[in-house]
Amino acid sequence: MSAVVGEHHDDHHHGPAKGLTRWIFTTNHKDIGSMYLWFSFIMFLIGGSMALVIRAELFEPGMQIVVPGFFNQMTTMHGLIMVFGAVMPAFVGLANWLVPMMVGAPDMALPRMNNWSFWILPFAFTLLLSSLFMEGGAPNFGWTFYAPLSTTYAPPSVTFFIFGVHMMGISSIMGAINVIATILNLRAPGMTLMKMPLFVWTWLITAFLLIAVMPVLAGVVTMMLMDIHFGTSFFSAAGGGDPVLFQHVFWFFGHPEVYIMILPAFGVASQIIPTFSRKKLFGYPSMVYATASIAVLSFIVWAHHMFAVGLPLAGELFFMYATMLIAVPTGVKVFNWVSTMFRGSLTFETPMLFAIAFVILFTIGGFSGLMLAIAPVDFQYHDTYFVVAHFHYVLVPGAIFSIFAAAYYWLPKWTGHMYDEALGKAHFWLSFIGLNMTFFPMHFVGLAGMPRRIPDYAMQFADFNRISSMGAFLFGVTQLLFLFIVLKCIRGGKQATAQVWEGAEGLEWTLPSPAPYHSFTEPPQVK
Amino acid sequence: MLSRRRLMALALPCLAVPVFTHADWQVNMTRGVTDISESVFNLHMTIFWICVIIGIVVFGVMFWSIFAYRKSKGAKPAQFHESTTVEIIWTIIPFVILIGMAIPATGTLMKMYDTSDSELDIKITGYQWKWRYDYLKDDFGFFSTLATSQDQIYNKDQKGDHYLLEVDEPLVIPVNKKVRFLVTANDVIHSWWVPDLAVKRDAIPGFVNEAWAIVKEPGIYRGQCAELCGKDHGFMPIVVKAVSDQEYQEWVLAKQEQARQEYELKNKQWTLQELVDRGEQVYLKNCAACHQASGEGLPPAFPALKGSAIATGPIENHINTVLHGVSGTAMQAFGPQLSEVDLAAVVTYERNAWGNNKGDMVTPQEIAEKK
Amino acid sequence: MTSDNTSAGQSSNRKVVVWALGIVVGMFGFGFALVPLYEVFCQVTGLNGKTGGRYEVSTTVQVDESRQIRVQFLTNTNENMPWQFKPLVREIKVHPGEQMKVEFYAKNTTGEMMVAQAVPSISPSEGAEFFHKTECFCFNQQILQPGEDINMPLIFLVDKDLPEGLHTLTLSYTLFDVTERTTKTKS
Repeated sequence: MSAVVGEHHDDHHHGPAKGLTRWIFTTNHKDIGSMYLWFSFIMFLIGGSMALVIRAELFEPGMQIVVPGFFNQMTTMHGLIMVFGAVMPAFVGLANWLVPMMVGAPDMALPRMNNWSFWILPFAFTLLLSSLFMEGGAPNFGWTFYAPLSTTYAPPSVTFFIFGVHMMGISSIMGAINVIATILNLRAPGMTLMKMPLFVWTWLITAFLLIAVMPVLAGVVTMMLMDIHFGTSFFSAAGGGDPVLFQHVFWFFGHPEVYIMILPAFGVASQIIPTFSRKKLFGYPSMVYATASIAVLSFIVWAHHMFAVGLPLAGELFFMYATMLIAVPTGVKVFNWVSTMFRGSLTFETPMLFAIAFVILFTIGGFSGLMLAIAPVDFQYHDTYFVVAHFHYVLVPGAIFSIFAAAYYWLPKWTGHMYDEALGKAHFWLSFIGLNMTFFPMHFVGLAGMPRRIPDYAMQFADFNRISSMGAFLFGVTQLLFLFIVLKCIRGGKQATAQVWEGAEGLEWTLPSPAPYHSFTEPPQVK
Repeated sequence: MLSRRRLMALALPCLAVPVFTHADWQVNMTRGVTDISESVFNLHMTIFWICVIIGIVVFGVMFWSIFAYRKSKGAKPAQFHESTTVEIIWTIIPFVILIGMAIPATGTLMKMYDTSDSELDIKITGYQWKWRYDYLKDDFGFFSTLATSQDQIYNKDQKGDHYLLEVDEPLVIPVNKKVRFLVTANDVIHSWWVPDLAVKRDAIPGFVNEAWAIVKEPGIYRGQCAELCGKDHGFMPIVVKAVSDQEYQEWVLAKQEQARQEYELKNKQWTLQELVDRGEQVYLKNCAACHQASGEGLPPAFPALKGSAIATGPIENHINTVLHGVSGTAMQAFGPQLSEVDLAAVVTYERNAWGNNKGDMVTPQEIAEKK
Repeated sequence: MTSDNTSAGQSSNRKVVVWALGIVVGMFGFGFALVPLYEVFCQVTGLNGKTGGRYEVSTTVQVDESRQIRVQFLTNTNENMPWQFKPLVREIKVHPGEQMKVEFYAKNTTGEMMVAQAVPSISPSEGAEFFHKTECFCFNQQILQPGEDINMPLIFLVDKDLPEGLHTLTLSYTLFDVTERTTKTKS
């Protein structure tokens, strides 16, 4: 540990150390943020490759490429890796880079814990991925791992999966505590809570969600572990337990988790849209209140994932009404973004394109979400491709597009170079086309009756599945272009100014580009 | 530029895939054949159109802003950035719309939950990976398994019209009667779903759920398991055959007659040859998919039976394997699935086919004692 | 305030860490507390059709002669549980408040001693809290020797407060093989 402390003090005065040890021992928020982002991108490619295996198998009816058992491993691992390995670490990476710069702090409040919370992740995911090579294969029970399929009927690798989830959970919790401490303790003088940029606000709320629900996830996998190895029966009816209890506890974590993945995206959009509209964000306070009320509501809607398990009528009604209520604050956010653009002075650089696509496509995902909330109709939608279409519309153009938008928006600040605008736009349009080709037809096959998580399907679903698969490959290959753009931008390009974007506001734009190793050694004054 | 060229190279053959052979471009939910499914459909369409209208308004303003307030056209940004009145208005309007949606939804849901006064009760049990239907009043039941051949699934044979949506024995119900489904499961959670009936209920081991339907038109309605239940989750379809009341009564009588015959068969004195003949049929229907008609199997997953240690070894072992399966392999327990007669026949057949010529046999009565 | 190296900054950071960890530990505990909470919730609302434990009949139970409830009995065996298990009567009609006795038949068809546990479930679940068992074979595990069979009693009554809309209650028993589980915990 003394090495870490020593390194930390050196950093303070001389900038980054050289070589590999810089990355292993670093306590610098920018280094750690970059590692989080790279890690998340690698996971995005791995999880994406699994999605392509799935789409290749579903290209036409019949079993061609994989066997059904392996197909289930692919859907499970794709879900777990994208949720816990790609989206969540990407947002933690953005928080690391941006929160200190936005609140006028020199670094994160707890830099050594920051190092730990990142370095747990590669181990957690190595553990998870290694299960692919184990006897019996990787987890194959879906990313929602419903008991008893994930307990009594699980492959032996489930134990490694459980430890992997514990490690990810610890990492997320440490990351969240760090964000809270930074925001509460290290704000520059004059930066009151209601003056904080929305990205900071949404992350503060997300961090509270994380520390509230990640322990519940840890609890539920611990119960699984005990059922599997210590003879308890939390989820087995034979010993007085109940498999439905698993679903209740899981979704008590799972629904807030959905907002953990989307609230920071709201924050990103709320930074970018005003910049390229050259107009202040419309309704800042209502944006903050809307975010907070979405977070609060997320705790009382979990059972809308379980309308078909046989809840009593009163339960169905309560969860239906509560879920519909979420449409109100979400609507407020969309209206505010549109009003920000209204009568602005708009330009359409790559971050803005991604942000606009985010608003439109996320809203479409919101509409299908509203439809899914209607309990009697949900009996027809539940566990079909309509649901798959819905959550991919909120996660891909929602979470992932906002991450791309953020990357393009802040890359000049991070690297000191402008990215290649033409390539950025190509990346946007190819992604936009690919994603709609992939996920829009899924609405149709879902409504027509195709269940999710099946490796083969009836003939009438063939055409739309073929389109989906082609779209998926287009989307997947396009992401290599993003890698190329980022590498090119790191290596060189037009020198970026401190301001970078004409309409940008906020403390991070007062720092030179690239931002110095330690953000604000002297606290800035906020008016 | 390399990545772009590579992209073209990959995209072109994809686009060149010429034919959409299976043209069935159903894009919407089925209207179904029950009053409930119809009100579900109407609810779905109502909410869909409300969403479309909201979408047109919101995206309309957005696209207008995108076209009219471009900097390149010299737009100067306005200064406004808040208005409490506007915020209140667009909190209240969605709220009112939502109440408008919730009222009909509540009504439909309450109808769905009214399972009283059923005329026919059927217990549905989900198994890995098939369904079992038990007609409670008439005291008989049967398994319903996928009828699509492995050859079709593995592209060795032309796929039929109802590929993956056909079963050996459908659930038969009378039209215009309230049929109550009591849904449970034997192993993991399954979900029984027939879109035309708008019925989807999770089948949970140890617990019983219920749903109901009054089918208005005779016909064949197909559905699938809707909850991930392991390897063959995609291969356990549901077929419901709705028939007139008279036809239904006849079918019940035939079923009961069949059960009686089964019972008599069980107690009759079987000869080796009779068992082998019957066993061949049972084998082709239940075993040949994996072990092949030739008995040579598809090693290593599906071992050969021809000359195998089990089929030519002690008969006790052979019977146990067929009755209870082999855990950790694809070999299922056939004991609960087949009748005593069929079990006796298939074991006897396997011991005397393909040159296995053991010359021994097992009678249905002996199976019944072990079962 | 500006850096974690100042003592003021460190102590306020420590404060945040302490209460945040408090939330974390609390929520971890809450996850486990959901298990008993769920039990209570199920019993109050009848969620999932779980029935309560042994019911003590008060001597003053009145029988509601004005209506009859159809009680239907279902039996299932879980997984490869080989026992025969069936109700001796498929359904009976009872007046609310009236005590009834029915029997279930079970036979161990294997050549091994086996232990079984029956798990009850009521549908519709709204009826679960109004179905009282004063005596039930599901309160205990059943141990049967090879080839042994048994008639197992259930004495129950339907509460006279059963909602008017309910005319049929379905009581389902699923028989689980717990031989391994019980022998493992004993050894």
